[in-house]
Amino acid sequence: MNAQAETIATMPTQNEASNDSLLQIRGLKKRFSLSGDFLEQLRFKGGKLVRHQEFIHAINGVNLDIKRGEALCVVGESGCGKSTVARTVMGLISPSEGEIRYDSQRIDDLSSKQLLPYRKRMQMIFQNPYASLNPRMTIQQTLEEPLRLHHPDWNRQQILDKVEEVMHSVGIDPDWGKRFGHEFSGGQRQRIAIARALAVDPEFIVADEPISALDVSIQAQVLNLLMDAQRDRNLTYLFITHDLAVVEHFGTRVAVMYLGTVCEVATTATLFAKPRHPYTQALLSAIPRLEDDRPQHIRLSGEVPTPVNLPSGCVFHGRCPHANARCKQEIPALKTQDDGTRVACHAVEEGRL
Amino acid sequence: MALLEVSHLDVRFALRQGEVRALRDVNFTLERGERLGIVGESGAGKSVAAFSLLNLIAKPGFIAGGSIKFEGKELNSMSERGLRKVRGNRISMIFQDPMMTLNPVLSIGEQMVECLKAHRRISTKEARAIALDKLRQVQIPSPEKRLDQYPHELSGGMRQRIIIAIALLLDPDIIIADEPTTALDVTIQAEIMALLLELCEQHNVGLILITHDLGVVSQVTQRMLVMYAGRVIEQGPSREIINDPQHPYTQGLINALPQMATPGEKLNQIRGSMPSLSNLPSGCAFHPRCDFINRADGQPRPACTQQVPDFVESGNCRVACHMVAEMLEDRRLKEETL
Amino acid sequence: MTTSTTSTAPSRWERLRDSFLWYSFKRDRTAQLCLAVFICLVIAAFSAPLLAPTDPYDLAQIDILASELPPFWIDGADEMYTLGTDAQGRDLLSIILYGTRVSLLIGFGAVALQALLGVTFGLMAGYLGGRVDAFLMRLADIQLSFSTLMVAIVVGAVVKATMGSAFYSQYAVLMLILIIGLAEWPQYARTVRASVLAEKNKEYVDAARVMGLRSRRIMFRHVLPNTLSPIFVISTVQIANAIISEAALSFLGLGMPETHPSLGSLIKAGFDYIQSGSWWITLIPGAVLVVLVLSINLLGDWLRDVMNPRLYKG
Repeated sequence: MNAQAETIATMPTQNEASNDSLLQIRGLKKRFSLSGDFLEQLRFKGGKLVRHQEFIHAINGVNLDIKRGEALCVVGESGCGKSTVARTVMGLISPSEGEIRYDSQRIDDLSSKQLLPYRKRMQMIFQNPYASLNPRMTIQQTLEEPLRLHHPDWNRQQILDKVEEVMHSVGIDPDWGKRFGHEFSGGQRQRIAIARALAVDPEFIVADEPISALDVSIQAQVLNLLMDAQRDRNLTYLFITHDLAVVEHFGTRVAVMYLGTVCEVATTATLFAKPRHPYTQALLSAIPRLEDDRPQHIRLSGEVPTPVNLPSGCVFHGRCPHANARCKQEIPALKTQDDGTRVACHAVEEGRL
Repeated sequence: MALLEVSHLDVRFALRQGEVRALRDVNFTLERGERLGIVGESGAGKSVAAFSLLNLIAKPGFIAGGSIKFEGKELNSMSERGLRKVRGNRISMIFQDPMMTLNPVLSIGEQMVECLKAHRRISTKEARAIALDKLRQVQIPSPEKRLDQYPHELSGGMRQRIIIAIALLLDPDIIIADEPTTALDVTIQAEIMALLLELCEQHNVGLILITHDLGVVSQVTQRMLVMYAGRVIEQGPSREIINDPQHPYTQGLINALPQMATPGEKLNQIRGSMPSLSNLPSGCAFHPRCDFINRADGQPRPACTQQVPDFVESGNCRVACHMVAEMLEDRRLKEETL
Repeated sequence: MTTSTTSTAPSRWERLRDSFLWYSFKRDRTAQLCLAVFICLVIAAFSAPLLAPTDPYDLAQIDILASELPPFWIDGADEMYTLGTDAQGRDLLSIILYGTRVSLLIGFGAVALQALLGVTFGLMAGYLGGRVDAFLMRLADIQLSFSTLMVAIVVGAVVKATMGSAFYSQYAVLMLILIIGLAEWPQYARTVRASVLAEKNKEYVDAARVMGLRSRRIMFRHVLPNTLSPIFVISTVQIANAIISEAALSFLGLGMPETHPSLGSLIKAGFDYIQSGSWWITLIPGAVLVVLVLSINLLGDWLRDVMNPRLYKG
């Protein structure tokens, strides 16, 4: 199938897959079964008993590299698979196909025991501040737990000191330790969640829409906190978001996803100055800007197709104003342009755009 | 006389901690066909303002004072029967979550026909024809099919279009839209807002748009109100307020947007967070977070901690801020001496 | 809701006092009354050795000539026996106190067993999912298709046949706790499983997994405490049900023996004497049973209303 051609074509060259690549995702695919268990899958079709399976194709061949010290933002709309990628990288979901390598070690096929040392180096921040703290644990307990797990040799005082230190670094009053999560506002809870992630001194953080659920003025506070943490601790981020304004401010590089595939990967400045993929162009035009007097966006025809029955060829061809016959049949591969941007689009490749 | 006149609106909630004032002294008007934005963060009271217009505030909330006049008639003192004639018919509403607004066990057609027949004496056939016409206006593909479909069969964007169609069914004079696109993707959001704008302009329908997104306000509305802790703190033409905000909160809100910061540098943040309505600071509710509490000579302004600021006229805008009042007063004195 | 960081964190008592539970309780007269009645009955029953004027198990104290004496408000009553006597001459007040104690013991014991089994199975089924879930839920379904009555009959018959009636009578309390406990654990399992399935998808569970915690720790330390609210609600109803089940079994002769009666066996014992006019032997224990179960049920209703998911947010 075209998928294989795509995977080979997008394998980074030796130069790119160098040592400063902290995380490497290769050929990642994930399907979720909709069909229930075995008995429910059996159907009668044309007089015979057949096995009918339906899948949600959440991720369809993703290749990404994340370099040390950078903030890679993954953007896309609902259903594009960006959250699934984040969860697969962190091991919450196991991939159907493909590999994930952390620091050149393959981690997607490790047992939970083998994965434990990596848990200290990779942490995650979640979207919903109201659900990411255990309602029945005090803040102190929440922050001590990762330390007790990863530093079994530390004594009580060391743990208390570390908890206090990390609370200060995110701007939390240490007195809050005796309180429960529900006593705090969304922004404060998110700070606590960030403190929990930073407590084990990780080097890589996956942030899944960490500020989407917060008010605008609080978003700025939390984003500043994340930026400070990056600078002070030399962190690498995989930042999932749908808010392009945040990406423009915070990201080093951006990957745009649509229906489980990566459309375009570029440095932030390049993406915003010169978006190449038609979907990226539509996405950028849709952001409401303060300078506008009227909505000015590229209208996309049709609706987002369902990830159950993926369109043939390029997943975007149904809504793309520049689609041709080739787009309907052949899945485009991510091709590197002269300025380093990688785009998966036949029109760009053929010079039509 | 404006189409809608809201004056000194006061809404309270009787909670077990005591009575909480969700809205204090809210005033605004809406002319026919005008588009007004109500902006604020969560807890500011913008949804409460919208719901109270149609007296949809549920217990323990109640309208404690003020007047809401629609075409000169007082909505506050209207009987339930009278209000029902206004709701949906003259003033209709669009809510945030399309899935919650549509009844999952009724088909789209049934819901639209029901809405029409509640206000007009027409046959089902006529009602369906009107429904079909409205579905076409909101640019839904294959509208005839949609009438017999159920909400769960449609995507979020389509459902919101249907809600807009339902809001337009009776050719209302005003549409109140409470965060209509917050739950939608950015490309769908852009389409829905463009659609709403087009329809309002075409049919000369007034729009009250409640949102936290300043970009949307800038694109769609002509005038706007900024709310903070239950009060309106700045109001005027949208373009002017966004280009030159006068109240420190509005300034902070706009400056906190990532669009306004230099990439790689820290964002401008407003320290602290909005106070809870049951525990408001004395004087100006914003003063603990305000950077302009000190005068030019470095001394703090006593009024900020003691007195709730009144509105002052500044150009085309009205601002509730002691610092702005002081500035205008200084300017006026200077001009007088010249 | 934001809190001011200048004040200290509230203590446990302060939290309870400010909580919605207490606020609701203060305003609901029915709940207050029911709780008072229930507590009175429990205290009276468990202080039976202190409160009862006679010891109904002491055969020396029973006077057969004093049998079938009516309660004090009817002519022909004896002052010593406030509520009258039963067919064997035992003081009704004393035997009701002891009988209530037995009923409550079986009720609480059975529910404790149900909860232990049900919560463990429900937690495992909900969290581990897959084959474990399927197996445990099928087990629950099978258990549910056997009515408590059937289980009691079978177990009772088997034990009596193998170990003898005397053995059965001696360990009747334990047997009944076992029977009722085993019969009703699926209720708990299903409730807990539903709660666990809801909690499993919340981000704090993901955070715990991302941290590297093992499944067992996540299940018991993180998920279980958050699924406890519905357990409290159904426990009240289950206690009432257990008491009624035991009463029914005793009434049918499959439960507590006459020598060591519970409220149910008392009702049965007095049933035959209604015709001869000694209605109090059946009806007074019956009234006590109704009041006990009613107060528990009403308390359970109040608790269910108060503890709906709104409370989960604190």
